[in-house]
Amino acid sequence: MRVSLFVTCMVDLFAPDVGFSAARVLHAMDVDVDVPAGQTCCGQPAWNSGFHRDAARVAAGSLAALGAALDEHPDGWIVVPAGSCATMIRVFWVEMFELTHDSARAELARRVAGRTLEFSEFVDRFADRLPVATTGEAAGGSNRSPVAYHHSCHMNRELRINDAPVGLLDRAGVGRVEWAADERCCGFGGLFSFKLPETSTAMADDKLRSLPGCDTIVGCDTSCLIHLAARAEHEGRPVEVRHLAEILAAAVGVVEPASVVEPASVVEPASVVEGVDTDERPGASR
Amino acid sequence: MSGQFTLAGTTLRSRTAQATHDERLRSSLERATDRFVAGRSGALDQLEAPDELRSAARRIRHDILADLPRIVAAFADRAVANGAHVHWALDADDANAYIAGVAQRIGARTIVKGKSMVTEEIGLNHLLEHNGYRVVETDLGEWIIQLAGHTPSHIIAPAVHLDRHQVREILQPEAGTEVLDSEPEHLARFARRTLRDRFLAADLGITGCNLAIAETGSIVLVENEGNGRLSSTAPRVHIAVMGTERIVETREQAALFVDLLARSATGQAISVYTNIISGPRRDDEADGPDEFHIVIVDNGRSELLGTEFAEALNCIRCGACLNVCPVYRQVGGHAYGWAYSGPIGAVLTPLLAADQPESGELANASTLCGACMDACPVQIPLQDLLLGLRRRRAAAAHKPEKALWRAWAQAWGRPVTYRASLKALATGRRLNRLAAMAPGLRRWHDGRATLTPAARSFTERWQAGER
Repeated sequence: MRVSLFVTCMVDLFAPDVGFSAARVLHAMDVDVDVPAGQTCCGQPAWNSGFHRDAARVAAGSLAALGAALDEHPDGWIVVPAGSCATMIRVFWVEMFELTHDSARAELARRVAGRTLEFSEFVDRFADRLPVATTGEAAGGSNRSPVAYHHSCHMNRELRINDAPVGLLDRAGVGRVEWAADERCCGFGGLFSFKLPETSTAMADDKLRSLPGCDTIVGCDTSCLIHLAARAEHEGRPVEVRHLAEILAAAVGVVEPASVVEPASVVEPASVVEGVDTDERPGASR
Repeated sequence: MSGQFTLAGTTLRSRTAQATHDERLRSSLERATDRFVAGRSGALDQLEAPDELRSAARRIRHDILADLPRIVAAFADRAVANGAHVHWALDADDANAYIAGVAQRIGARTIVKGKSMVTEEIGLNHLLEHNGYRVVETDLGEWIIQLAGHTPSHIIAPAVHLDRHQVREILQPEAGTEVLDSEPEHLARFARRTLRDRFLAADLGITGCNLAIAETGSIVLVENEGNGRLSSTAPRVHIAVMGTERIVETREQAALFVDLLARSATGQAISVYTNIISGPRRDDEADGPDEFHIVIVDNGRSELLGTEFAEALNCIRCGACLNVCPVYRQVGGHAYGWAYSGPIGAVLTPLLAADQPESGELANASTLCGACMDACPVQIPLQDLLLGLRRRRAAAAHKPEKALWRAWAQAWGRPVTYRASLKALATGRRLNRLAAMAPGLRRWHDGRATLTPAARSFTERWQAGER
């Protein structure tokens, strides 16, 4: 089985380890992973701001890259470790290219959308390929303190993916606390966080205040997680945030002794290339 | 457009920021919206297939909009046959002038009003008070905000921004020497007693209209306090004011919308009072007004028909989208600046108050989280409409903003320049303190920890062979 990873600009720039974690989980599922060259961003910032032509200009490059990957492996999947970017590709790309009267790209976007899955959706759909030991306590996930899962908005309400990530957490043996506000928006909203910053942070505070007795938030969108972490840290009540891929990578790492992953440090790949200062974790820091 | 427009000279950011600093407001909002949301879920859970009902409601509204002029005309004909006076008002001034004309002709002195959002939209009270009438809002929430000089902060709960202690302070001057306490029940009892005299003194009653049924020429008034019934029956003249789009064709359709409205708005299976008014008092009837007027207000609505924004006219004014909106929950209704707030307000205001340059900005009062569409009883795709409004706004944006997006698109549209920009950001990450001073970035840094780009991007590491 072949998966082409659409990394997303947020992961590319702020959380590369999420991308490597996703790849590691996919490898553990005996999937061949490639990262199609030429991909950049899905165009969402411009799309959500009403600049659909500029969004289409940016997305065109990514669309071409993903289209080429599908040409090479027509039965392959495109996997996106971000709910909102997956939504952009699955739900809005076709509309966007139709709005710009680009019927050829709209057609290609339709084909790409049909082969695109959000990360947890893919892992859940092909869960029988997961190493057996991730299905229980032995996965090592139970060693960590309980987490709360944040349902990111587009993933939850546009793609309707909500059971898959939670089920995977349970399967990995990670303790999970119920969070009454788990479906409430974190207040990021892309450029919303710049346009109405006071409202955005008030929304984050509301969400964080309701966090029940745990200090780790797991989600499937780096953008929400970074926002919540950055607000929590600014307010002097830091929370740990983890992408689901990082949690699962740690779980599959346990059953693969040959793997280079150290379970305790899921965020840093062990096969670090020289020159990377591993003590400085990208993401939110003051 | 006319009416009480409070946006002028302010920005959405300044209004919302001010609201977020008001802890008392936020706790009132939190309490109220939590209660509404829980009520709504409970009431919809009682139905066998609430989502199918919502889809059916959307289809019905779609068909009605497709044939709106004919159906409204049929309603008007039927209402006239029932003995009503029907006035078609092109805009707010037209509607206000007609209503003021009726008040003058009948020599009204005291006017009681049932809750009506469309009269907030057209700013009716302002004109009537200016003309010297004593106007009394009789919905408890509306009365409170009228006394306080506020505008409604919620479509169905206009005083939701106030807690009971603030309400007591506002009502106290009305009580004379009687000392009020903050018990909601006591306050409601005081209001009931006080307003009763005003109903009896009134010459003219003005109400809104939740639904107008074409096949019977009736209007439906949904309420919980009985003030709508008193306003429409006690005074000798009753004027119902409705937006053009309140229309349904049949009684069966009306029943569906009454059902969805009560459940979505207040979590009730049915409202305490559901009035169906089909004309003035007949000769064999003891109660009811001698004259019954229906004012059909267009005020920009017809221009939306056939456009990508037409579905905004499907709104049944239940307020469910406000209650689930995480933005409304933090800032309340006043920050939106016009009669309608929350997601539907962010859509309706730029459309119906398009002549106000500040109204366009409201399309940004959303993270596009989609909770509104999930809650809407007629499934208005609110986030799609907001996106459409943003596109309209972008098309009219100033050159620098357009140039900025174009530059971004040119950089990120090509892998080489995209990677170069990531590299530049990573290299510049040590300069974050400096970057934090930039006005645009301060909008992030003032309330959040600094974002640090990774030293090397995923792409760079992957291409270097890292796995």
